[in-house]
Amino acid sequence: MNAQVRQRDRVAKAVLYAVLTVGLVVVVGPFVWMALSSLKPEGEIRSVPPTWLPETWTLDNFRDLFSRLDFPLFFFNSAFVAVAVTLGNLLFCSLVGYALAKLRYPGKKVLFLAVLGMLMVPGMVTFVPQFVLVSNMGLTNSYAGLILPFLVGPFGVFLMRQFLQSIPDDLIEAARVDGAGEFRIFARVVLPLCRPALATLGILTFLASWNNFLWPLVVASTEDKYTLPVALALYSIGQNRTDFGLLLAGAVVVVVPVLIVFLLLQRHFMRGIATTGLK
Amino acid sequence: MTSAPVATAPARSVGDSPDRPAGSIRRRQRLRRALTGWAFSAPYTVLFLVFMAVPVVVSLVMSFTDLRSTDLRNPFAVNFVGLDNYTRLFSDDLFLRSSVNTLVFVVIGVPLTIVLALAAATALNSGLLRFRALFRVGFYLPVVTSIVAVAVVWRFLLDPEVGLINNLLRVVGVDGPSWLFDTKLALPSLIVMAAWRNFGFLMVIFLAGLQAIPGELYEAATLDGASRWQQFRNVTLPLLRPTLLFGGVVTGIGYLQFFEEPFVMTQGGPLSSTLSVSYHIYNQFGFGNYGYAAAASYVLFIAIVALSVIQFRFLGDRK
Repeated sequence: MNAQVRQRDRVAKAVLYAVLTVGLVVVVGPFVWMALSSLKPEGEIRSVPPTWLPETWTLDNFRDLFSRLDFPLFFFNSAFVAVAVTLGNLLFCSLVGYALAKLRYPGKKVLFLAVLGMLMVPGMVTFVPQFVLVSNMGLTNSYAGLILPFLVGPFGVFLMRQFLQSIPDDLIEAARVDGAGEFRIFARVVLPLCRPALATLGILTFLASWNNFLWPLVVASTEDKYTLPVALALYSIGQNRTDFGLLLAGAVVVVVPVLIVFLLLQRHFMRGIATTGLK
Repeated sequence: MTSAPVATAPARSVGDSPDRPAGSIRRRQRLRRALTGWAFSAPYTVLFLVFMAVPVVVSLVMSFTDLRSTDLRNPFAVNFVGLDNYTRLFSDDLFLRSSVNTLVFVVIGVPLTIVLALAAATALNSGLLRFRALFRVGFYLPVVTSIVAVAVVWRFLLDPEVGLINNLLRVVGVDGPSWLFDTKLALPSLIVMAAWRNFGFLMVIFLAGLQAIPGELYEAATLDGASRWQQFRNVTLPLLRPTLLFGGVVTGIGYLQFFEEPFVMTQGGPLSSTLSVSYHIYNQFGFGNYGYAAAASYVLFIAIVALSVIQFRFLGDRK
């Protein structure tokens, strides 16, 4: 009887592993195929039957990407915008998150409700007025125009407030009794305790900005302000649309930095996402 | 929870009216607290008002006008047209088409994503599994990658002539369809791609939810002779309901706004079979029809609120 149960468990486990492995191949496979294909000459990418490993290894696609197209500049634009957006979010969201979690002042509830409500508003609603605003400020096709509207995401405030609420009041009260000013308390006592939340917010914001598409698509009107996804999308629907090797190399350049960041810091990802889900 | 306000409310009002000197000190304290609070909140609030809150209101106002891109230099040419934009929307074939497409995307995509995520989470949570971290990271991978890059890769995978999928089908002797160029298959292809890309996010949330379910409940169910499936039905699902609800709402809000997938992969085609509402709005914006685009975006907004409410009704706590 017991042996039978154990036997059945073993079979169940084998089936489980098999299904999960197939799933893993389906999910990760396209990325592996992308990376390997970007190292093949154009003809081999289209060959039937398909090859997995390149028969001829080549860096031509990447060489084209960096010589024929201005990919180093797009890379810089993406990185610069993402860093600026991330730093801005960390600063502004932790400041207001602290106020919402730990300070008492009039208007606080309204502010929090407005920010929460914004989580439901689709990007398309603010899209047109934001564009009109940015073009009236003369900021289209500028870094400021790419960065400013993303400095204050509602999600960051929500995350920081949730986290800061778990910091004991006694710590802040003790610093206050010692005569520390409010900003000193924030910088010396509160911020160091927030490191895990700041890490999560920083990674998620950086990623969202790096992958952001619609806004840079309309704000960056000349090539010198393109970010990577914009450049890749426009090349993939423009005259290069059949240049498979070039586009796959472009996709690699967009994806690989993010994969490295993700693999190094995946703990923060998972924790951040799990906490926002469970509240 | 419910008794707390009753207990504190009178205490505060009594404390607020003592004799004068104490009162003025208290008032000064309150002023200082307000100043401190707003000093911390002001930088965010100013930017939030300028780039978020005001645009939401402006968008609503715009939706009642005939504002076009050419009117920006000449604001006096703009007229209030009442509900014209909204009534026009519902006789606009492309808008109706895009609404149906978006609805299909949500109605099929959300359950598909949730089922995949729940299956993966349950499998990874079923005790003593080795390589759990590997599977979790792998399944999460597409979530962090740029949708544009993913769409580029998938367009090649699905290419009828040289794509990997049809190449593999050819190896086993099947002539694959021309996925993205087929009016019947293009939208389903995008839905499958979206589920593939997004289920990892829900999986992580569901995993956290599953781990919060006390193990004793399963032990008790086993002692009562409940099968694995019965345990899943009667213990896991009910306790996971808030988490599932959250997942459904978040995914629904995201899918109602799908845009990048058709933009990069099909340009809304063939024959508008993958045109989404967001894409239609984007096109109207491109044509310079700002008022009309704003009206369409508010219809989308209302749909998002409605979908969230419906999900809370059906899946939320029934008390």
